[in-house]
Amino acid sequence: MEFLLKTDMNSEKLTAPNSYLRDFTGTDTGSDNPGPSWLSALRQNAAARFAEVGFPTRRDEEWRFTNVSPIAETPFTLATKAQSELSAEGLSRFTYQDLAGTQMVFVNGHFASDLSSATFPDGVSVKTLAAAMADNSPLVEKHLGKSAKFDTESFVALNTAALEDGAFVHVAAGAILTAPIHLLYISTAEAGPTVSHPRTLIIIEENSEVTLIESYAGASGQVYFTNAVTEVVVGENAVVDHYKVQRESEKAFHIATMQVSLTRSGNFSSHSIGLGGLLVRNDMNAYLGGEGIECTLNGVYLGKDKQVFDNHTSIDHAMPHCNSHEIYKGILNDYSRGVFNGKIFVREDAQKTDAKQTNQTLLLSPNAQIDTKPQLEIFADDVKCTHGATIGQLNAEALFYLRARGIKKDDARALLTYAFASDIVRRIKVDAIRSQLDRVLLAESALEGIAE
Amino acid sequence: MSAATDTIEEFASKEYQYGFVSEIESDTIPIGLSEEVIRMISSKKNEPEWLLEWRLKAYKLWLTMTDPLWHNVDVNPIDYQKIAYYSAPKPKKVLNSLDEVDPEMLAMFDKLGISLQEQKRLSNVAVDAVFDSVSVTTTFKGELKKQGIIFCSFSEAVQDHPELVRQYLGSVIPYSDNFYATLNSAVFTDGSFCYIPKGVRCPMELSTYFRINAANTGQFERTLIICDEGGYVSYLEGCTAPMRDENQLHAACVELVAMKDATIKYSTVQNWYPGDKDGKGGIYNFVTKRGICKGDNAKISWTQVETGSAITWKYPSCILQGDNSIGEFYSVALTNNKQQADTGTKMIHLGKNTRSTIVSKGISAGNGQNTYRGLVKINPGAENARNYSQCDSLLLGDRCGAHTFPYIEVKNPTATVEHEASTSKIGEDQIFYCNQRGISTEDAVSMIVNGFCKEVFKELPMEFAVEAQKLLGVSLEGSVG
Repeated sequence: MEFLLKTDMNSEKLTAPNSYLRDFTGTDTGSDNPGPSWLSALRQNAAARFAEVGFPTRRDEEWRFTNVSPIAETPFTLATKAQSELSAEGLSRFTYQDLAGTQMVFVNGHFASDLSSATFPDGVSVKTLAAAMADNSPLVEKHLGKSAKFDTESFVALNTAALEDGAFVHVAAGAILTAPIHLLYISTAEAGPTVSHPRTLIIIEENSEVTLIESYAGASGQVYFTNAVTEVVVGENAVVDHYKVQRESEKAFHIATMQVSLTRSGNFSSHSIGLGGLLVRNDMNAYLGGEGIECTLNGVYLGKDKQVFDNHTSIDHAMPHCNSHEIYKGILNDYSRGVFNGKIFVREDAQKTDAKQTNQTLLLSPNAQIDTKPQLEIFADDVKCTHGATIGQLNAEALFYLRARGIKKDDARALLTYAFASDIVRRIKVDAIRSQLDRVLLAESALEGIAE
Repeated sequence: MSAATDTIEEFASKEYQYGFVSEIESDTIPIGLSEEVIRMISSKKNEPEWLLEWRLKAYKLWLTMTDPLWHNVDVNPIDYQKIAYYSAPKPKKVLNSLDEVDPEMLAMFDKLGISLQEQKRLSNVAVDAVFDSVSVTTTFKGELKKQGIIFCSFSEAVQDHPELVRQYLGSVIPYSDNFYATLNSAVFTDGSFCYIPKGVRCPMELSTYFRINAANTGQFERTLIICDEGGYVSYLEGCTAPMRDENQLHAACVELVAMKDATIKYSTVQNWYPGDKDGKGGIYNFVTKRGICKGDNAKISWTQVETGSAITWKYPSCILQGDNSIGEFYSVALTNNKQQADTGTKMIHLGKNTRSTIVSKGISAGNGQNTYRGLVKINPGAENARNYSQCDSLLLGDRCGAHTFPYIEVKNPTATVEHEASTSKIGEDQIFYCNQRGISTEDAVSMIVNGFCKEVFKELPMEFAVEAQKLLGVSLEGSVG
């Protein structure tokens, strides 16, 4: 039947990927970037791959609900280092001053040392990918581009072809970090639409514990495209707490892939908060490659105007005795659209898997839309796997209850919406991040001063 | 657990009981597909010009289409030029009573447990037995006629009620719908036709037994059921097929039209040849089934028990156009050995206050792969639409797979949509609990599997419920009521 046939007939495979390659990455073949030979090879392969596949269209199952032709139609140029003057004050909106942690700021994908912390705690090495590659670090060679595959993912291929700089975080074995590491990616595009390809490589050695925050932000009203790829390698028994806060400009395109590889008894949890952007796509993939892994993927997004939020998650249970939990919540206002695709794979030998996935969406406007596809693929018999998806509106009884107590209709709705979203925020373990996000959420819900 | 394992293995290795070839001379046209073959089918069936044109339109479109690839099953490429597109048992003449039916054919129906006389006399079921592609005999026709109900083979309907056929054929599944439906539109040979007039409640269950017999004959059934205002009909379809080594293609189309206040209940038990243990042979069952609730308060309910076929590919769907209309889908799909099933439903909500319920139970054993694929679509006009979906999978053995691909597309904020899915195996603690209370492991497995499917079985008409439970496992008898 027409599960696939019902696609946008106009969005044929976008032609001439080569010209995009030139405009978006500044190179035709990926070869004219400096660096060690393995890196040139990686870039060249990625460039060749992108030249072959081009942009995805709605004929691709993974992209059937999201049309990326606005990206192809915008005349982007590769963002350069010196395109903007930013001050620490200008960034205060996006930073966490009350956190005594490490902060790295990247402007248009390039490291801004004047905005970043100068010192780093013991047991952690934080530097730019450019520096790590220039040193020809064996760790970088071993892990960069290994888990984020570009054979099928055009945007990962594009990012890899443009690979030049980014963040490289290495946490030594046994290091317990009390303060979080904050990676802030700022985009600016005063002179016209720009594209940047932030790349992050995080290697966490065994028995260590770390909290990471990835923030993406930009100046309001500017048109730019952030094409981010993050690779996280988690060692045995390591505990990783990851937060992604996406507050791009309301006209920005944000496409991000995060690839997490876990090994025995690793504990990884991620919270993804989506607020900004015009067209946002998040691919969050976790590979559970050892026994006894705990993996939590949570997310919440607030859509308004004509925003599109497309969240794809994939949890691959390759080994037995692993648990995964996933809750994604969406709030859709105005003409916004949401897409959720949550995959759980349980491989043949992954017995005793316990996987739970929940997807809840609140539709607040007659013009909002949600397309959701929770997907289970199970090849082992001794497993517990459940998924649930609900779509609805605010509970009429709860609204009545609040209004009966003298709360205005709009405030009551905002309050209930905030409660729905804060369910995810409440799960954040670090107080400072939680209260910061809580404030953002309150502001987004026009509730500042009400719920304090 | 050893006894339970035995039971499961026995269950998984259950031989196909209905595999035999009956020696009846077939009137088969040469294999292959061309415009000429379609003209030949059409002229053999003495069809009107518009129908031939419709077939040719479909054929021309089909030539431009390619086999779908999105499904989660491995299909050996099908050579459509190696299939005979028409096969009718000889001699073909009009029969007035059962006595005139070929005794060998009657014996075959007996072997399948569907003795026409028995059914006619005892179970009050009218049977339109389709043997390969042409209807052989029809019972209870007279009694139905009194009520104004038309129940006949599709070819007869084309001759006797062309205006109804012309009005509704392709109205739910257009000839351009999908690869297999288009192929069916071009080459369909026969099937069933049913019309329930206004305000008539069909007094008996209508059923058709489909059977694929001649080797290398793809069967292309076309079923059309129209239930006029306030009518009610319950239609039963059951299938068995003899053992074959080569894959046989079955691409049927079923269209249901429910007018205002009408109810159609469509039940299927499918037990075609699944191929041997290594997956050799077996039927490819690529079926397009769709119903439309055209008027307000209409209801369409699909119930299916799918235990056969090497590959099952079907998505009985409901288009809920009328306000307050209801769509239901109840399914049990069992795959063992190398069987593959990709099945589910589509619920398209267009009207206000439309409701749909989906209950899908998948059981995988051996190396079976079971996929639920469903779409729930709430269009902007579907105020207060409601959907509840539940897909549960039970895995027997560690080499089988269960997959869920639910698509939910909501374009109206007043809709309430819920989807739940779970996957589990029979718990050792459950077996232990039963054992403790003196229930043997075999009985315990039987109880649990039957309990797992109960929600769906209770939707089946009585006779089918019994057959379905039998199909679910010979070794599970004993405690099966």
